[in-house]
Amino acid sequence: MSDPLDDLKRAFERATPEPDADRKTRNQDDAQKIFDRAQGSTDGARPTSDRPKGWAGIATGVRHMLNTLTSRPALTATTALVAVGVVALLPVLRDVPSPLGGLEQPELETRERAVADEAAADLDDAVSEADIAEEAPVEMEETIIVAPSMAEISDGTLYAPPPSPSPSVSPLAGAASEMRSAPAGKVIGGIVAPAPADAVRPEEPNTETFAKDDDNPVKVVTEEPVSTFSIDVDTASYAIVRNSLMSGILPPADAVRIEEMVNYFPYDYPAPAAGEGPFRPTVTLAETPWNPDTQLMTIGLQGEMPAVEDRPPLNLVFLIDTSGSMQDANKLPLLKQSFRLMLSELRPEDQVAIVTYAGSAGLALEATPAGERDKILASLETLEAGGSTAGQQGLLQAYSVAESMADDGEVTRVILATDGDFNVGIYEPEALKDFIADKRDSGTYLSVLGFGRGNLDDATMQALAQNGNGTAAYIDTLSEARKVLVDQLTGALFPIANDVKIQVEFNPAKVAEYRLIGYETRALRREDFNNDKVDAGEIGAGHSVTAIYEITPVGSPAVLNDPLRYGASSVAPAASDDGELAFLRMRYKAPGEDASQLIEVPITEGMGTVTPDTRFAAAIAGFGQLLKDSAYTGDWSYEYAIDLANSAIGEDPFGYRRQAVELMRLAKSLSQ
Amino acid sequence: MRMETGDTGLALAAAGGDREAFAALLARHYDGLFRVCFRLTGTRDGAEDLTQDICLALPAKLSGFRGDAKFSTWLYRVAVNAAHDARRRAASRTKASDGWGDWERNRRAAADDTAEGLDWLQTAMAALPEDLRDTAALTMGDEMTHAEAAEALGISEGTASWRLSEIRKRLKAMRDEELSA
Repeated sequence: MSDPLDDLKRAFERATPEPDADRKTRNQDDAQKIFDRAQGSTDGARPTSDRPKGWAGIATGVRHMLNTLTSRPALTATTALVAVGVVALLPVLRDVPSPLGGLEQPELETRERAVADEAAADLDDAVSEADIAEEAPVEMEETIIVAPSMAEISDGTLYAPPPSPSPSVSPLAGAASEMRSAPAGKVIGGIVAPAPADAVRPEEPNTETFAKDDDNPVKVVTEEPVSTFSIDVDTASYAIVRNSLMSGILPPADAVRIEEMVNYFPYDYPAPAAGEGPFRPTVTLAETPWNPDTQLMTIGLQGEMPAVEDRPPLNLVFLIDTSGSMQDANKLPLLKQSFRLMLSELRPEDQVAIVTYAGSAGLALEATPAGERDKILASLETLEAGGSTAGQQGLLQAYSVAESMADDGEVTRVILATDGDFNVGIYEPEALKDFIADKRDSGTYLSVLGFGRGNLDDATMQALAQNGNGTAAYIDTLSEARKVLVDQLTGALFPIANDVKIQVEFNPAKVAEYRLIGYETRALRREDFNNDKVDAGEIGAGHSVTAIYEITPVGSPAVLNDPLRYGASSVAPAASDDGELAFLRMRYKAPGEDASQLIEVPITEGMGTVTPDTRFAAAIAGFGQLLKDSAYTGDWSYEYAIDLANSAIGEDPFGYRRQAVELMRLAKSLSQ
Repeated sequence: MRMETGDTGLALAAAGGDREAFAALLARHYDGLFRVCFRLTGTRDGAEDLTQDICLALPAKLSGFRGDAKFSTWLYRVAVNAAHDARRRAASRTKASDGWGDWERNRRAAADDTAEGLDWLQTAMAALPEDLRDTAALTMGDEMTHAEAAEALGISEGTASWRLSEIRKRLKAMRDEELSA
């Protein structure tokens, strides 16, 4: 028997990772700065308990900081505003054991500088990492253009806030952040473990999100004529797939949820007419790209889009996790950028407050009208990641701030931004859910924004958001931030139909077999359709939802199942069924109501018009099946998916579809 | 091991304000410090955070370095104390909520553990009481001798030896239990 101590030592040797090279450099630099400052300013320093008392000394530090930043337009903080940041940073300080206590103030100043330097470094990173990024989707010269454009956003003067972000700014800024996230993982990956570890995270079997559900099989209409499922407006799977591909790894099949990939993209289905209901279904039948003998039946739901000016004022409390793990470029810095984007979409009467939690909770920004942009942006600039996480206080404080902001008729929402590394104190998970549900009933909703890769607790985040009547979204790039916070701001914050269920009954006289593509985790039992107690997905204002069936007409050579020899094969369709392939039923509840309403639409042969939207949705559905190595796509390959998607890009104002084509190309080369 | 005189000389020079000495010292010891931090915390994130805390506090701490111990030993004592502080802070949050604590621990474990056998390591370390865990953290690497580990822990060498044999005993018991299970 070996010595257990030797075993232990070997286990440690195997387990011990290399230190992160970036953090090593940064830590050494920061320590050196603190060291340098400690030599010159020991006389002005004194111990601090709650707030720094040596304001003069800090002002000196701020001047120093601003002087060093003259060539860096990204930072436009004023002396006073940075001083506010000092207070926010105190938890960090308390976390650093310092028996001498006499040298903390210089350290503070250095930390401020670290904040500033980080903001400026964001720009530098975007460029320097581009040097290393061989597979980055954007050319080097574009990246250089990025820096000034990001600066424009940052200082808030050159960036005119349009109702929807101007494409001339957006793609560049988006590209910059993707540059940052994609190559960063790769570069680090060459040196130390985190990137590979990240890359395999989607495979983690212990989350509900990746709970394995077998692909929907082909169903025989005579045996199972009715298909029932809940709509799904989540888009997380697409972000995970993208992240995997960008890091050079094919996503694990279980992480691919086709309906979330398809629903990631906005589609321009006809919106409901006034008084018609909260959403309108559009059904389109078209040839299946991967099988000439079957048809794709695309069901698109388009939610109504109430005029922005008609919406009630919003009160948003951002509860921001500033714990140490948030300091990665794709976490807190990205959150700040996202926040700036969103701010320009708010109206002056909307209110924003920021509560942070790290070590201890703090109110970083009191309730402030969205019109006071400078004030909000300045408080945002002072946020700095550091220390450990104390979520409970933060959550309580966020809710109490939210309640103080709420007026009748206003929508109040707490938006929790975290990398999932949050610890919510005394609450048991169940108690926490109850707490959030309770607050929801009293009018305060909760949404969760996940930052960083591989939020393994996303099941919990989704549970929290669901209990708070909100959505959980992942933000891994600036363009994702724009999508979630800006393009869909209204939808994410204003639900228009709850518990939306879809049921399709196929006509056995016309359809031999059918297969629902995706929605495996959203399947409902047939009887659940009419049971209003059974929960289902929500549609937000302006959202669209797409579901795709592959159907095999009776008599098609593509029919997989032979008819039963002894079965009751004689199907006698009612006369009125003539020409009907299927019958679509949908149920939904208007917000605040308990009883559902029913929409019914007969589906006839050749219904609908094939548009770039339906073709693009088909390309994505095919792409998802290729990633899952589906049995139904035959010899249809990435090549075809790329061609199809390319031909269906349409207007693509935000570049989402072009990005998808890029991902298909990546997948193609990775699969070879 | 590093040249002691070199370390001590550098550390004293740094304590006196020599910036090059400080930079050299930190560069020389960063990786070792990180490894010890990993063994003290058991997670990569924890190790990164702890290392950062220590780095940022180091300039202030260093002026207390008198050269009566090896610099590395002194540094690891700083690390052990910082780990205790971090643990205390974490404990005040997690104590009342095992649900979240376990959930978070599982999440971390699942995220970080790709190497085979890491499960065993996590289980073994989690089963040890805190003083034994710290002793293991300091001795289960090549950074220091047992005598230096004892000094960094502020215990006698005899106590360190006793703790090591205690760890061996418990690990063996664990293994026997596994085998019989």
